[in-house]
Amino acid sequence: MTKVRNEYGKIISIEQAVEKITDGCSLMVGGFGGVGSPPSLLQAIFDKGVQQLTLICNDTAFPHIGVGPLVSQGRVKKAIVSHIGSNPIAGKRLHEGTLEVEFCPQGVLVERIRAGGAGLGGILVDIGVNHEWLAKGKQTIEVDGKRFLLELPLTADISLVYAKKADPFGNLIYDKSARNTNPLVAMAGVMTIAEVEEIVPLGELDPEEIVTPGVFVHYIVQSYGVNWKWIWE
Amino acid sequence: MGVRERIAKRAAQELIDGMIVNLGIGIPSLIPNFLRNRRILFQAENGVLGIGKSPAKGEEDANLCNAAGYPVTVVSGASYFDSATAFAMIRKGLIDVTVLGGLQVSEQGDLANWLVPGKRVPGVGGGMELAQKTKKVIVVMSHVNKDGEPKIVSTCSLPLTASRCVDLIITDRAVMEVTDEGLLLTEIMVPYDVKDVISHTAAPLRISNMLKCIE
Repeated sequence: MTKVRNEYGKIISIEQAVEKITDGCSLMVGGFGGVGSPPSLLQAIFDKGVQQLTLICNDTAFPHIGVGPLVSQGRVKKAIVSHIGSNPIAGKRLHEGTLEVEFCPQGVLVERIRAGGAGLGGILVDIGVNHEWLAKGKQTIEVDGKRFLLELPLTADISLVYAKKADPFGNLIYDKSARNTNPLVAMAGVMTIAEVEEIVPLGELDPEEIVTPGVFVHYIVQSYGVNWKWIWE
Repeated sequence: MGVRERIAKRAAQELIDGMIVNLGIGIPSLIPNFLRNRRILFQAENGVLGIGKSPAKGEEDANLCNAAGYPVTVVSGASYFDSATAFAMIRKGLIDVTVLGGLQVSEQGDLANWLVPGKRVPGVGGGMELAQKTKKVIVVMSHVNKDGEPKIVSTCSLPLTASRCVDLIITDRAVMEVTDEGLLLTEIMVPYDVKDVISHTAAPLRISNMLKCIE
């Protein structure tokens, strides 16, 4: 697979990675409209036929892109996302009751993920604090005369991220806007698997440029690259 | 020039040098076509500050997209960051202007733009943060909906994105400021006239004594 030495035992095959993902698990996936989502891991999970997933992701992508097929094909029982607007099949499933969706404003969602990855007990946000739908059932906390909603942290059994480069310890750097939610998702998994375009020898990444320290990353797999057609193609 | 382009062209006049701007999808995404030589930095929620022109066909980079998933380029001085940082900028109030689409706007500046009960439930995305936290919120939309009903109303019947957040409404028929005293009609788009705008608006309109017509 690679001539890089597997010094930390973190470099595994896609097949080994997918063994860890089983029916009913919670799966957090990096990416934004499919950009920056790990294509080879998602394909392998799909092919394995994993079901009853709880999916935490920025969105449900497009029907044939990123996490889209898992949602479209009914593999996800619950999605915690900021929107499903780009995936009409997710909307159809929500409507017919075969998909449960917890909507969370985008900035609150990523900050809840960050809180989960940072070991925090929750965050205080004033987004939607007076909103009839968003504030419903949430604890309100007053700080210096200002009201905030208590939003709870998010973690997952497995986090999947997509990065440009990893070294054998799992230090990661990303590529342009494909970074998006990946550094946050990487922190929030009980187990985090990084799919990367290139695995480089230890010492090759400048410590100054590393975005995700490898301590958050448990396994690294080599990507086969994007296998879907983008909406603009 | 089409109706959408006319609205975008008018909205572009609100953007001035030095501003940090976030554009929603749809009509707002047409605005950069009407800006010339301006020092404006466009921000996107996925994690880019300094979005430039759309790339030429064949030069797209799948890893460099806007929040809608379409390829972009970046200008000198641009930066990449994670989505939590993107929303830190938004919540901290660092975005000067956001231009969003709308389903309904009330005379108090309440905005509904994310949900039609029983029909479409797309989710709010980042609209709630942008509407609540941006210094100036501009809504661009058609003056009436597909059934010919006014989208500018006394009280929104659709679920709100955020309350009392809109500063300026630009439609295919008029430009209105949201003031403490309600809506102020400041511009009319030809061929419409004041009478037509009033009859297609379901909220009281005060008429500016500086009222202008836009060709």
